[in-house]
Amino acid sequence: MRPGRTSQAMALASVVALASLTACSSSPASGHSGKLTLSVVSLLPGSEKAAFDTFNARVAAFEKANPTIDVQPHEYKWEATTFASQLAGGTLPDVFEIPLTDAGTLIANGQLADLNDQFQKLPYAGQFNQNLLDKGKGQNGHVYAIPAKSIYGVALHYNRALFQQAGLDPDKPPTTWDEVRADAKAIKDKTGVAGYAMMASGATGGWQLTAAMYSRGGQVQQVQKDGSYKSTLDNDAARKQLEWLKAMRWQDNSVLADTTLAWDTINQAFAAGQVGMYTSGSDVYSSLVETLGVTGKDYGLTALPLEGPGAGVLVGGTLAAVGAKADKATKDAAMKWIDFYYLQNLVDENQAVENAKVRAENKQAVGTPVLPIFSREQYQQSLKWIQSYINVPLDHMKGYTDVMFDQPIVGEPTRATQEIYTLLSTPVQAVLSDRNADVGKLLTTANTQAQALLAHG
Amino acid sequence: MTLDTGPRTRLGTRPRTRSRTGPRPTPRSRRRAAPGGRLRGGGLSTFVFALPLLVIFGVFSWLPIGRALVMSFQKTNLLTSTWVGLDNFRAVLEDPLLMTAIVNTSWFALLALVLGYPVPLIAAVLMSEVRRRKGLYSALAYLPVVVPPVVAVLLWRFFYDARPEGVFNSLLGGIGIGPVPWLQSPTWAMPSLVLEATWAAAGGTMIIYLAALTGVPPELYDAAEVDGASIWRKVFHVTLPHLRGVLLITLILQIIGTSQVFLEPYLFTDGGPADATLTVLLLIYRYAFGQSLGADYGKATALSLMLALFLALLSLVYLRVTRRWSTT
Repeated sequence: MRPGRTSQAMALASVVALASLTACSSSPASGHSGKLTLSVVSLLPGSEKAAFDTFNARVAAFEKANPTIDVQPHEYKWEATTFASQLAGGTLPDVFEIPLTDAGTLIANGQLADLNDQFQKLPYAGQFNQNLLDKGKGQNGHVYAIPAKSIYGVALHYNRALFQQAGLDPDKPPTTWDEVRADAKAIKDKTGVAGYAMMASGATGGWQLTAAMYSRGGQVQQVQKDGSYKSTLDNDAARKQLEWLKAMRWQDNSVLADTTLAWDTINQAFAAGQVGMYTSGSDVYSSLVETLGVTGKDYGLTALPLEGPGAGVLVGGTLAAVGAKADKATKDAAMKWIDFYYLQNLVDENQAVENAKVRAENKQAVGTPVLPIFSREQYQQSLKWIQSYINVPLDHMKGYTDVMFDQPIVGEPTRATQEIYTLLSTPVQAVLSDRNADVGKLLTTANTQAQALLAHG
Repeated sequence: MTLDTGPRTRLGTRPRTRSRTGPRPTPRSRRRAAPGGRLRGGGLSTFVFALPLLVIFGVFSWLPIGRALVMSFQKTNLLTSTWVGLDNFRAVLEDPLLMTAIVNTSWFALLALVLGYPVPLIAAVLMSEVRRRKGLYSALAYLPVVVPPVVAVLLWRFFYDARPEGVFNSLLGGIGIGPVPWLQSPTWAMPSLVLEATWAAAGGTMIIYLAALTGVPPELYDAAEVDGASIWRKVFHVTLPHLRGVLLITLILQIIGTSQVFLEPYLFTDGGPADATLTVLLLIYRYAFGQSLGADYGKATALSLMLALFLALLSLVYLRVTRRWSTT
């Protein structure tokens, strides 16, 4: 059958339609009428309206001071599973946040912009804590990522109301792991609520097990003389901590039996009064207020128990960075934003007061204890500036604030950090879900796998 | 006509004849077209009509497959790539989690086969017997398929609350069972996932069976009735033989589908507890996206290719083995 005119016309129409479709998809984005648009990360998705009001007020103040920059906020939650593809796909905002541990590899991969020129123009560029700043430097000594937001030490968060109901003194929180266990059991026995919970999902279980391991003097990896890395997961500290957790789960029944808890879901469980105690970064109170409306009345914060020689507190934090493809104008604007939003609160009295005032007016946390990005003196000075706006329950945090500068600190593992955290989550999940879990075998397996990762480089 | 002769004979011979001989070639299709002849003879418009489909399919389906094939021989972070030969395949085969994932996936497939395969069939047979409000029951049975999978999983996570006051545990507690640690136990986690997956997918398969059941001549049931056959004999000797072709297809589709299970273990348990629900596809996902830095797309694509190859071979073997039982 020969094709008729109609079918030929339809075929032509198909080609035209396809060509139009292609043309549409490749049309360039519209311009920005003289203003530079800078996309930045804002708050966690689902944050309270008051938190967004606070953030938007800061954006308005920045745009007023920088009329040629149009700031576009994007809600953001850093997740290991999406970050790499977002970065590779160019879908992250211009200014984004990364964990301290990731900067070195991202810089080596050429995935972050060199911000050295912009950074060196900051009047306080020389005042940073050098150990922290080094995390964001490349092999060439240039600054690619800047310590920002907060630096935390892992601490113990507890529900004061549950302590009281269980007949415990909320002003005398536990100072040893045995006391944590005893208090957790008392809470469970007296109130029926789980006395303790632990993150276990994804990499978070391994992150918190590492923190506990450090607190008992253990190490995750060691650098050998030849520069190679040796995995040391199968250590006494890890074994003790897992046996401790297993006993709480299967002998005391005082642990929340949920192996799917992650950073955000354990916060939810705590805010809902379903958990007596849990470990997380010392700065988590700000998120509890920002996303879950916690008021602080029943909130308590104390230091992680440190036991044995070499014990220390795991320290982590956040760096602000820009994608490698950013042009100079974007990098200039990005540095202005990083300076304004993250850092001036710590070094400039006017900005510190202005920021604290807006946050306090919107009932957001002011004065949450964190570790200093600059120096201890600078940190304490910045707290004095905002003294009248501090609204976090500092009296409930004395167990942490009294010792936060005295506790030895240990950085996160430097090699294959997130992968090793993920490996370590398996033993955590196992002891929480299997009463016959063999801790020694689990750690040996994790250690073998971690060593393979370290050898792989 | 008795139940044992008529239909069996027809079902047994007709398809085989068809499959062996196939459509008779016409003189035109046997004739070798001269160069350009096909285009003049209508091939051009056919080609032009197919062009949009070919382009879209090529860009969104074949190109990624080709890219995946290339990436399986590379170490890449999507910005820079280096050729590593068979290293990715070697690394995958040496990963101790691979065997865990294969065993878990097989366990899921087996459970889904035992639990999930007969359920829609039984439901379809029962539904075909319903005389009133058949549409309503069909819609209700199909409803879970319409519920977005993520919503369904979130709903079931709520049901699977391991505490005694959880929804399922409350119900079971009423009859003295439990509390069951649904998702919190390596033993219970996988059956819990299969239960939800069966609930979510059974409606779709049931509709297929219901459609196939309409093709069973009612006089066969009448004849069986006259011969005094029980309902079970009718099911086994009339219904099932007529559904044989559809059953064989849905079986291989189910095996392929369950071999690629991802959504349930990802959303319910993230492979836990202690890797008890880590499946092959979840392992691929972890290779590709599990780490903020380590995105190992090479290993992910290598394992994807191995899985695809395995499923292709399995399908071929299955189709060859079941050819003489097939009705199509």
